[in-house]
Amino acid sequence: MTAYEKLKTVRAAGRPTGSDFVNALFTDRVSLCGDRRYAEDSSILGGIGYLGKQAVTYIAIDKGHTLDERLQKHFGCPMPEGYRKALRLMKQAEKFGRPVICLVDTLGAFCGADGEERGQGQAIAENLVEMMGLKTPIISLVIGEGGSGGALALAVADRVCMLENAVYSVISPDGCASIIWKDAAKAQEAADCLHITAQDMVNFGVAENIIPEDFTNFENMCGNLKELLCSHLRELCTLSSSDLLAQRYQRFRRIGIYEENGRTIK
Amino acid sequence: MKFDLFSKRAAQEPVNTVKEPTETLVCPACKNTYTKDVLRHSLFVCPACGAYIRISARERIALLADQDTFTELNADLTSVDFLSFPGYQEKLTKAKETTGENSAVITGTIKLGGIPCAIYVLDSRFIMASMGSAVGEKITRLFEYATQHHLPVIGIPCSGGARMQEGIVSLMQMAKCSGAVRKHSDAGLLYMVLLTDPTTGGITASIAMEGDITLAEPKALVGFAGRRVIEQTTGADLPPDFQTAEFLLKHGFVDLVLPREKQRDTMTLILRQHQKEALS
Repeated sequence: MTAYEKLKTVRAAGRPTGSDFVNALFTDRVSLCGDRRYAEDSSILGGIGYLGKQAVTYIAIDKGHTLDERLQKHFGCPMPEGYRKALRLMKQAEKFGRPVICLVDTLGAFCGADGEERGQGQAIAENLVEMMGLKTPIISLVIGEGGSGGALALAVADRVCMLENAVYSVISPDGCASIIWKDAAKAQEAADCLHITAQDMVNFGVAENIIPEDFTNFENMCGNLKELLCSHLRELCTLSSSDLLAQRYQRFRRIGIYEENGRTIK
Repeated sequence: MKFDLFSKRAAQEPVNTVKEPTETLVCPACKNTYTKDVLRHSLFVCPACGAYIRISARERIALLADQDTFTELNADLTSVDFLSFPGYQEKLTKAKETTGENSAVITGTIKLGGIPCAIYVLDSRFIMASMGSAVGEKITRLFEYATQHHLPVIGIPCSGGARMQEGIVSLMQMAKCSGAVRKHSDAGLLYMVLLTDPTTGGITASIAMEGDITLAEPKALVGFAGRRVIEQTTGADLPPDFQTAEFLLKHGFVDLVLPREKQRDTMTLILRQHQKEALS
């Protein structure tokens, strides 16, 4: 599949959404709502559940299935209050020593006047800074589309796993094509240029794992996913919080390709 | 007192490194043309209409810093077209030629009102000061340097956002810089931001909004999503002041809208308020 075909695949109706993964991965759940500042944003689901025997905080962007749901969740583009809710639940997880599992599937943060009024940029920025210092393990799983800052706000993590066809990009290929070529129809070309596939993410050190997709056997697939998440958690939970944060810092610190004194540094 | 700043500046030799003193600039609002020397004396505020004229990073540092106190860090660091992205190499070459800079950010140390601090200033003439690996690395190193040397950081952003020509690696710079900001903050050090026109996208969603104190220049455009994109996708009728510094002040995202002639004094005062003085 080309990068663009993957993008089309993850955007297609019928693909499991955040809520499907939450149902399949976590048992004995209690869902938790609201940012305690302004509103509840249902495009981000949050709560406490069990991953195997381990209590975790889950935070999942959910696009919804029906048109009504999708409208209510603005097609999975979170509002500032969604990111603030996510942060509230992460801080709560830190307090009680629960690991955080984030599921990412968004075109990007909501783009609108109300989002701007309530500080969309500030909400994302705060998550980046706070997640960098959150003293509990964070694992992020890109289950569909990882769209720009709106995805990163839930992916400053100790481990990032990509589903086989999931994509992660600094800008949507459509948006990129309209800026570079003034032609959104060149999204296919843009998708190649941007390097957005799961394999690209592993190559750039942005993600650790690629998980094979098998939606005909969703339960089985999620069983494998659970095992992977548990094995990551087993590793991360042995670290002291200072080691955990130092490793998280280095995980992002080393990403960058530039030239210095005539030498290319990767 | 307020005008001491002007008289002092007027008496000084130009403190920047701009090679052509006769270079002229056009006010984007009233279209009057001025020499750089005239504008330097007015702090690049149009003498006729009062509009704020965008200024280069070096010019900004020269306006703000105490004379001859700027020491640049990591000046040699520059971008690489590692994705062979269409047009990127040409853009980089052209940006380097027209600006004389190696990257879209200048970092270093200055003294402001005698107080040492670290500073980064983004330069919108360099590919709209978008943040790729070079910008991300320089800003990260600056915060690390400031943390190590117990210095406050002054950040002066302006940016079109993340540099898409570097793909996902540019997005990761937002997290990388934020990590360095976090460490600096955990060390109890001050990060003061002065938002300038225009600050958008990934920079707004990271370093521009991570300050302890957030100042903004009057009428500066500051936002996450672009105005045109919002109008096109939502059909919303946006107010004229949408995403201006004043709009952000009204909605609680800026501490102070600070005119250019007050910036040195107010920023010096804020630095002084955060100095850890020995108790006698």
